[in-house]
Amino acid sequence: MSLFFIVALPFFGALLPGLMNSAGRSACAGVTFTVSLAAFIGLLTNLPSVLAGEVVMARVDWMPLLGLNFTLMLDGLGFFFALLILGIGLLIIAYARNYLSRDDNMGQFFTYLLLFQGAMVGIVLSDNILLLLIFWELTSLSSFLLIGYWKHLPDGRQGARMALTVTGMGGLAMIGGMLILGQIVGSYDLSVILQNREMIQADPLYVPALILILIGCFTKSAQFPFHFWLPHAMAAPTPVSAYLHSATMVKAGIFLMARMWPVLSGTPEWFVIVTTAGLVTMVLGAVIALFKHDLKALLAFSTVSHLGLITMLLGTGTAFGAMAAMFHILNHATFKAALFMSAGIIDHEAHTRDIRKLGGLRKLMPVTFVIATLAALSMAGIPLLNGFLSKEMMLEEATHTVLFNSPWLVPALATFGSLFSAAYCFRLIGHVFLGPVREGYPAKPHDPGAGLWLPPAILVVLVVLIGVAPFLAEPFVKLVTASVLGDAAEVPKAYFKIWHGLVPALFMSIIAVVGGLILLLVFNPLLRLWDAAPRPEAKPIFEAIVAAVVRMAQGITLPVHNGAFSRYAAIGSIAIIAVGFHAWMTGTSAAPTREMQSASPVAIAGWLMLAAATIGLVIMHRNRFLSLMLIGIVGLMVSVGFVFFSAPDLAMTQFTVEVVTIILLLLALNFLPKSTPVESSTLRRVRDGAVAVAGGLASFALAYHYMLRDAVSTPISEFHLANSYKGGGGTNVVNVILVDFRGFDTYGEIIVLGIAALLIYALTETLLDGPVRARLLNRKPDRPQSGTKHPMMMVVLTRVIMPMVLMVGFYIFLRGHNEPGGGFIAGLIVSIAVVMQYMASGIGWATARLRYPYHGVIGAGVLIAGLTGIGSWFVGKPFLTSDFTYVRIPPFQEFELATAALFDVGVFLSVVGAVMLSLESFSRLAQRPKSREDEYPMDIDPSRDDPPTEALAPNGKGA
Amino acid sequence: MEFLVASAIGIMTAAGLYLLLRLRTFPVILGISLLTYAVNVFLFTSGRLTVGGAPILRDGVTQYADPLPQALVLTAIVISFGMTAVVVMIALGAFLGSNNDFVDDQPEGQDDQMEGRS
Repeated sequence: MSLFFIVALPFFGALLPGLMNSAGRSACAGVTFTVSLAAFIGLLTNLPSVLAGEVVMARVDWMPLLGLNFTLMLDGLGFFFALLILGIGLLIIAYARNYLSRDDNMGQFFTYLLLFQGAMVGIVLSDNILLLLIFWELTSLSSFLLIGYWKHLPDGRQGARMALTVTGMGGLAMIGGMLILGQIVGSYDLSVILQNREMIQADPLYVPALILILIGCFTKSAQFPFHFWLPHAMAAPTPVSAYLHSATMVKAGIFLMARMWPVLSGTPEWFVIVTTAGLVTMVLGAVIALFKHDLKALLAFSTVSHLGLITMLLGTGTAFGAMAAMFHILNHATFKAALFMSAGIIDHEAHTRDIRKLGGLRKLMPVTFVIATLAALSMAGIPLLNGFLSKEMMLEEATHTVLFNSPWLVPALATFGSLFSAAYCFRLIGHVFLGPVREGYPAKPHDPGAGLWLPPAILVVLVVLIGVAPFLAEPFVKLVTASVLGDAAEVPKAYFKIWHGLVPALFMSIIAVVGGLILLLVFNPLLRLWDAAPRPEAKPIFEAIVAAVVRMAQGITLPVHNGAFSRYAAIGSIAIIAVGFHAWMTGTSAAPTREMQSASPVAIAGWLMLAAATIGLVIMHRNRFLSLMLIGIVGLMVSVGFVFFSAPDLAMTQFTVEVVTIILLLLALNFLPKSTPVESSTLRRVRDGAVAVAGGLASFALAYHYMLRDAVSTPISEFHLANSYKGGGGTNVVNVILVDFRGFDTYGEIIVLGIAALLIYALTETLLDGPVRARLLNRKPDRPQSGTKHPMMMVVLTRVIMPMVLMVGFYIFLRGHNEPGGGFIAGLIVSIAVVMQYMASGIGWATARLRYPYHGVIGAGVLIAGLTGIGSWFVGKPFLTSDFTYVRIPPFQEFELATAALFDVGVFLSVVGAVMLSLESFSRLAQRPKSREDEYPMDIDPSRDDPPTEALAPNGKGA
Repeated sequence: MEFLVASAIGIMTAAGLYLLLRLRTFPVILGISLLTYAVNVFLFTSGRLTVGGAPILRDGVTQYADPLPQALVLTAIVISFGMTAVVVMIALGAFLGSNNDFVDDQPEGQDDQMEGRS
């Protein structure tokens, strides 16, 4: 199977569990299992090539200019990890099916799990390091979702956040390191990078790159001092812990160190950093693990310790160390996953993971006892189990490692760590399973169904099999080691044997096991000592650091972003003007090429009115009604200007939009204060005035300069003018551009308009659902109300005029293709006709006669326009290609039928719907329930002439 | 003529900017409307000024106004209505929710003092 499929399967499969959620828990788990199994089998089909030593590649260029290509590579190392990820993944899925309770959303869980699985497989199969980084970040994100799966638990949320913060931070560092590496080599392809060991290690940027990449690996693989997130991530459901912390997430850092081993290792920097970090982590994790009472916390720290062990082995930089590391990854994955699952079984059946409350489970849960004991003994390093073999190899490697010029430091610490490691394994067995059966378990423990114990049992079979017959694993581990080493070193000749003779490693093992037993015997005094000793707690330190960073960020953000929007507006305006000024001063401009046209008296009169209204608006803006009138004059003069300068369509649009805008603002002003108080200081007004004048001068200069010069190249309008009739079948070029040449733009535009209207509707609904509703209902009018709410003259007139306005709208619409008009303008005119009915007869009366909800009108408009566009697909043309023909139906004259007209119907409906929905939403704010006015729109209510202070309208009259 | 149009754009921009920097929502909305006019007219003038040459094709006429800026400005006018409506709605919602129509965030606890002032 192609490598693409192996990576893509979990991602696409992640859609399925969510869909199968309602089909039942088994169906949900089944489909997840099938997806994983398909990927697993797909991986196995590549086994022959991998065994033959080939590197399977799959490549698609994605963004070649950036060096980012979708390149996948499968060699021994990648195969090994993918096998662990998918193989243990299958067991985890089966286990999780039985572990999760009915309250847990299984579809969500398996979706997260598959996303995570896909990201992990992506990491180990990536050939491009940028691609690898993308998958790397995806594992951080998906593991965040998995760890925080039980959203109701604060521990789960905090643990997930901590894991995301630490691994995400490490990921950032690694991006830096990888980019440096790519710059050094000149390629982001791993297969190229791995060939350039000398070039990379000689580069002055080698050390920064190394440190950055190692930060990424250490955070992911929980190495000291970033180890603290892993135990907190144990708040996750146990299947997640078993998966993330045995075979996948935390092994990603190890994988990357192994992947980069040929080019990064072997230098003193690598040796000191990696070996020291690994050694410290190993000892620290083992010591802490011994004193943890929570079964999962004990396993978490033991994971930290074992990851340290593997890191140390990779750090030594020898081929034997690398081989031991690979072998231990395999062994650790098997026994640790089995142990986590056993811990989950105990938790599931006994309802506690506290070791102090357990004990004597050997008799109650014999199957679990066997599984957990074998796995724990393997972890302790007891012969005939696989943990013993790789631990021996580790100790053997330790005896040859000289750190800080001291030949005994590494062996001593390694033995010390192993001693504690053995001790916590013995404690796990002794304090949980052995001893007398207790009376007071939180629940009566018993062995679970096969669904829970079979997955760990399969792993324990592997533990024993490799432990008894190590030669079975030897060829595979050596194959993996060969692909780790690359050309950098030869695969060691050493055989995997249980008995190596009386070598130092054996004595160290014996010391560790015996010491471990002794530690367990004196456990209680030791525990008292441990509890009395002061030690730093990672979580408060972490939280304090996060809080300090947040304070620092706030210290910068809050003063800058202080909520004074008018200040932002001023800064923005000044910045834009300054940039424009800079461009003006530094750029060059050609001499004027156009003659200034002479101004007619009409034009001067129009200009005077516009200028007077605008300036008056600024001066009198505190009186809001007056300013509304003045801005109406400005809009009117702008539309007159459009008429004057040969733009009849624009003039009509501007004019009609002006009407609905003013109505809208009046509706709003019904609720808003009627005047603006004097608040800003004189200095501030002078400042604002200066900004405004500067902006005005700038736009004046730009427009003036622009208008006196011809376009640099021929405008595309020439094309539109030439083809409007020939190609679009209309003589009104503006309309043909709207519905034909640039129909796609228009299509987007009506969608935006529809969204704006829906947004207004939604905001209104939100307001009317909240506390604002009560305030609106109790609101007293702030000025005298007219007694005739619906003046009879207006009611009669608007009803008489309605058909005429509709007729005009229809006419304007039909002539649009050839004369000024069209869907936009017709839509606005019809909206005005309808709005007039609302204004005259009241919203209740109008709503009662409304046949089609405005949402539907908007939707129908967009749909008609879209379907018209799609129609052209059926004749093999691109979206929105228009066609037209001339027909003659007697007794009418010949007229034109164009698909563009159908598109214009869509535009028309969208505009009507959007305008009406907006205005109706506003007026609904003033609507009151059970008002008499709804039934008798022409009634006169004499009580409304009362002054507002006495209008105690208890039934809500008087709006 | 060009001077008149350019100065009209300048005046509307200046007035729009001044109102945009006010402290209450209503003048700011008016300021945005004025800026919209100014921008629309500016876009329109990018087709240069033509008197008596509407882009309606007629036999024998060769000089037309540039239709493209007109088409673009036409949709801009309609969209600006939609945007104005949304901004007004937000301003109205803010006023009804907090009982003041300040543009800037107010220090905590001042909302009640503003009640009744209008």
